Amino acid sequence: MSIRQLHSGADAISVSNLRVSYNEVTALDHVSMHVKAQTICGLIGVNGSGKSTLFKSLMGLVQPTAGTVRIFGAEPKDARRLNAVSYVPQSEDVDWTFPVSVRDVVMMGRYGRLGRSRRPRAADRDAVAEALARVGLTELQHRQIGELSGGQRKRAFVARGIAQDAVLLLLDEPFAGVDKASEAALTALFKELRDEGKTILVSTHDLAGIPQLCDEAILLHQRVLAHGRPEAVLTNENLALAFGTALAGAPEGHDGHL
Amino acid sequence: MMDISNWLLEPLQYGFLTRALLVTVAAAAVSAALSCWLILMGWSLMGDAVSHAVLPGVALAYIVGVPFSLGAFIFGAGAVALIGAVRSTTKLKGDTAIGVVFTALFAFGLAIISKTPSQTDLQHILFGNVLGVSTPELLQVLILGAVTLAVLLYKRRDLTLLAFDRIHAHAIGLSTRWLSALLLGLLALTVVVGLQAVGIILIVAMLITPGATAFLLTRNFDRMLLISVTLTVAAAIAGIYASYYLDVATGASVVLAQSVVFLAVYLAAPRTGVLWQWRQRRNARSTSAQQHQQIPA
Repeated sequence: MSIRQLHSGADAISVSNLRVSYNEVTALDHVSMHVKAQTICGLIGVNGSGKSTLFKSLMGLVQPTAGTVRIFGAEPKDARRLNAVSYVPQSEDVDWTFPVSVRDVVMMGRYGRLGRSRRPRAADRDAVAEALARVGLTELQHRQIGELSGGQRKRAFVARGIAQDAVLLLLDEPFAGVDKASEAALTALFKELRDEGKTILVSTHDLAGIPQLCDEAILLHQRVLAHGRPEAVLTNENLALAFGTALAGAPEGHDGHL
Repeated sequence: MMDISNWLLEPLQYGFLTRALLVTVAAAAVSAALSCWLILMGWSLMGDAVSHAVLPGVALAYIVGVPFSLGAFIFGAGAVALIGAVRSTTKLKGDTAIGVVFTALFAFGLAIISKTPSQTDLQHILFGNVLGVSTPELLQVLILGAVTLAVLLYKRRDLTLLAFDRIHAHAIGLSTRWLSALLLGLLALTVVVGLQAVGIILIVAMLITPGATAFLLTRNFDRMLLISVTLTVAAAIAGIYASYYLDVATGASVVLAQSVVFLAVYLAAPRTGVLWQWRQRRNARSTSAQQHQQIPA
């Protein structure tokens, strides 16, 4: 339902001249970026480069000081109401002791489509079962969310986005604390979702994995330093701009992680 | 058998004790339910704040002659608004804003009480006066309690989502601001319901201990809700009986009963209990010691 009500011809993400300031600190300045639908776009930058603020702007969680943000041509608040956007949080932002099961978490993806008391109907239970099967967590669905491994936890939250049927998935550091096998599984899953029509914006520190995962990459440091195909973006010069000369000057050290 | 039923029925011959029992059970059920969300939100201090901040509202309501619950609710909600205002207009941390506001309001309430002629009535607000509850007051508590519990249960999925993942709640178009306000409003109502049972000073125990106890016993929210309400109502009834037979202050007795349940769970709960973990470690040690011995030198 969501994509048809949104402007399907528009870019999935369209940000123009965005500036976001907190008190005196400017987190984002003159950010313009356009991401086409059905793309996996990597978002690269150091801590404090404004990645989280950009995610928050796309969800309408922070008000821009200047500029505009559009999701499939709609304002963030309208996109939210249409269940167009799903967010997979960073691990450290989740309370893993919280008494909810994996299935409960995935069901939360359906809440925007349910009535006021959020009582699930058969169609919602089916959507949740299907999402769990997609990410291979059917067997573990009754576990408490914290009883999963790092990679499984990520898959649970991606399943929530699938159950939500969001057209834009925002993933904040999905590979942090995830082993290589799970990372490969997640990468394959993201590509499948893209091929089905989803657009995925993924922030990551894992530079080595980007060419494998992403169709395009954005290098962010308060502003957009580079945006294009991963090979064109991940040059030493660009990385020096984004990460400082000390790091980029070093030869491809410690398997590309920063 | 006869002895036990006599023992149980004897206090109920007195109308005031039956009313006390009903008020306490209602307060226990509502606060135990709310408690589950409160501790998951990390709002224990907020519970402390709202319960203390209603004091001037109750005192003024007595003086003006309106239902005390009205005054309590106005000041409870007012305290929340003030805390929010201090927080958003300064760079002070949340707990600091809470501390500044509720102590000011509590002191204001004490000042009003000290200037009011009929001091004895108002002292009851501080420590509860469950044995002196009149029938209209009982009805008020039962109605407010039922409304609060009904709203909590109706919105339970949204409130759980709010506590678990505020950003997702926002991302799917829910108003996290409205949901937070709803939970705070329900907190103020719960304080009003519990006021007469245990008093302002101890009601915070009813807002924190039940959820904390249930959290140690389960990893499923619906079960946590059920355990919290069941154990708290049972402990409240035990507390009333203990108060009658041991001649102890009722509010204190009810809260102590909750604390005893918490202590038992803290020590003996499967998986999370301290004794259980200690035994696990000891068993693991002795097993590994045996394995060591089996290895030939």
